[in-house]
Amino acid sequence: MTTATTGAIDCDMHPAVPGMHALLPYLDDHWREQVSLRGIGGMDPSSFPPTIPANSRPDWRPTKDKPGTDLAMLRAQALDAFATRYAICNCLYAVQAAYNADFAAGLCRAVNDWIAGEWLDRESRLRASIVVPLQDPALAVEEIERRAGDARFVQVLLPAGCEMPLGRRFYWPIYAAAERYRLPVAIHAGSTFRHATTSNGWPSYYLEDYVVQSHAAQAQLLSLVAEGVFTKFPGLTVVLSETGFTWLPQFLWRATKTWRAMRSEIPWVDRAPADIIRDHVRFTLQPADAPPDAPALQQAVEQIGSDRVLLFSTDYPHWHFDGVQAVPEGLSADLVRKMLIDNPLETYPRLKETVQ
Amino acid sequence: MSLSSDLREPATRPQARLQMIDCDVHHAMRSETDLYPYLSAKWRRHLETYGARRPVPYVHSAPYPKAAPALSRKDAWPANGGPPGSDLAFMQEQLLDRYDVEYGLLHLLSPSGMDQRDQDLGAAICRAINEWQYREWTQKEPRLKAAVVVPGEDAAASVAEIEHWAGNPDFVQVSMITHSIEPLGRRRYWPIYEAAARNGFAVGLHTSGYNGHAVTPTGWASFYAEEHQEVAISQQAVVTSLVCEGVLARNPDLRVVIVEAGFAWAASLLWRLDRHWARMRDEVAHLTRPPSAYIGEQMWFTTQQMDEPERAEDMRRIIDWIGWDRLLFATDYPHWDFDDPETAFKIRMSEEERRKIFRDNARTAYRLS
Repeated sequence: MTTATTGAIDCDMHPAVPGMHALLPYLDDHWREQVSLRGIGGMDPSSFPPTIPANSRPDWRPTKDKPGTDLAMLRAQALDAFATRYAICNCLYAVQAAYNADFAAGLCRAVNDWIAGEWLDRESRLRASIVVPLQDPALAVEEIERRAGDARFVQVLLPAGCEMPLGRRFYWPIYAAAERYRLPVAIHAGSTFRHATTSNGWPSYYLEDYVVQSHAAQAQLLSLVAEGVFTKFPGLTVVLSETGFTWLPQFLWRATKTWRAMRSEIPWVDRAPADIIRDHVRFTLQPADAPPDAPALQQAVEQIGSDRVLLFSTDYPHWHFDGVQAVPEGLSADLVRKMLIDNPLETYPRLKETVQ
Repeated sequence: MSLSSDLREPATRPQARLQMIDCDVHHAMRSETDLYPYLSAKWRRHLETYGARRPVPYVHSAPYPKAAPALSRKDAWPANGGPPGSDLAFMQEQLLDRYDVEYGLLHLLSPSGMDQRDQDLGAAICRAINEWQYREWTQKEPRLKAAVVVPGEDAAASVAEIEHWAGNPDFVQVSMITHSIEPLGRRRYWPIYEAAARNGFAVGLHTSGYNGHAVTPTGWASFYAEEHQEVAISQQAVVTSLVCEGVLARNPDLRVVIVEAGFAWAASLLWRLDRHWARMRDEVAHLTRPPSAYIGEQMWFTTQQMDEPERAEDMRRIIDWIGWDRLLFATDYPHWDFDDPETAFKIRMSEEERRKIFRDNARTAYRLS
């Protein structure tokens, strides 16, 4: 079957952990016993409750179990339907939200081994991100090193809402390891709930929580640039996932304007933030948050000032479009081709090597 | 319009011929004791002993050191030795006369009452500020219009303050800080919006204040270079809250102005709001129309700090997307990031477009005659 997305690389999809029971075989003895002894329940993220419409398209929802738990469905609905060559699994089970760093590390090992055993081993088109315990960067680095030998792991996954902005030096060992192993770092929508989802406290509705995810992503970008992460780790690529991109032009203009006025405060930022971001940061497509008239989308993308920053994604099984219209109307054919294949290959060195 | 502005040489400052309404002007106190004549002896003693206690680490300094002393332009310090914005005559000369300002809308940043941890003190400070604005500023200069500052975390006290000034033409809006303890659309603030709408005031939300929350939803930024943009981003959350929690829908007469956060972000925020509302509108059944429909009728954005597209002409598209009737020009005088009305926009505008942004939209938003 040929579709508009044939041969594309889907840079954000979400196989779901069915529940803690699925991880038990992958936990070490201590944590398996603790989970059973203490009745520790599932870790579905409050940022993405599986029953909410946005988090599963009606026709992608299985009759039983949670959306994203069935490999046969994912094959048919995501891989076959979009004829994707590869798809990158970002598991959103909220293991990064545990307060106990050792528990988080045990859970991250389990999730990564579960992804490898239950998904990557069974479907050769799938790739995955390494989930890490960002509560303790030393443990996070251990986990990256433990899984980095498996070339099917192509990036490191962090949540957008953390305890501290991700540019802080505390997190730098993670970036050093990611750069060493040529793994981009994805910052994906979702909060560990260390802070309210807005800097004004907790909104009442899920709709608001979802909309303001893009603000957390913007805060992370500002932090990564201002703290000098890209100066220190010139080989690092960051992928912002599921947080939109139509906000990017204004964000770039403002960041550069502020930097011009305030660069004496952050002298290690030796180039305009807009240029740093265009070189180092990529954005997954869905949700596209497109304007109501299609031509305006192309105009908004042109305002970004680069055709290299967008990466195709379906965000399966989340619901942002119907049918197989994952590529919104209005984008130029040239941009679409780059977004579907060229940009992902350039972003993920491990995928590029597989292809060659 | 004054005679002198009619006779001004158009060749030297062509654009100044259009009178403008400046929607963000900062007056200031020479010192905190300027407020004392309007405070009771009890509160004066309290301030001298316990001070203004806000959820910030320093008693006097800003948590994030700012770009410039008093946040201000170097040339804005008046000759009489007071801080920028504290000398009416100098403000008249440097802003109101220089740019032919028809009205200047005042926003006082310090002191503030709403983020006082002692709520009685907060209410007393707000009342004193409003008296001070009335006697020292608007009564002396009719081109200046004040905002009724309210202790927004205490809705009952805020409503009382609004009603105290209701009908006074020197006040055109109610002002709250934007870093509130809860999102500003939450129910605890509703009586304030109802009182503002009932009494014909707009609500002006100038980026300001402290609430004890981290400045980002992912913790504390290290630098002012971040914080300066973060506080503008937080205004996007304010807009999201006001529309999604139903404040605009429930108060169709309410007019809200977002001040000092730029505006180009509004286009993509409206798209994002509408898209996700369409998916989850059953959660917010109080919204019978897309979020952009309410914002397009009841909300305005001041232009400062001016967004600067890399290709200047993109500004026209941005304004097309937001709507030429939604923007209100503001200088932010006397602050360091002041926008000069003669040079702030890098695109050519028609006479009608200029009239809207520099004057007519503000007349509508603030019901100025």
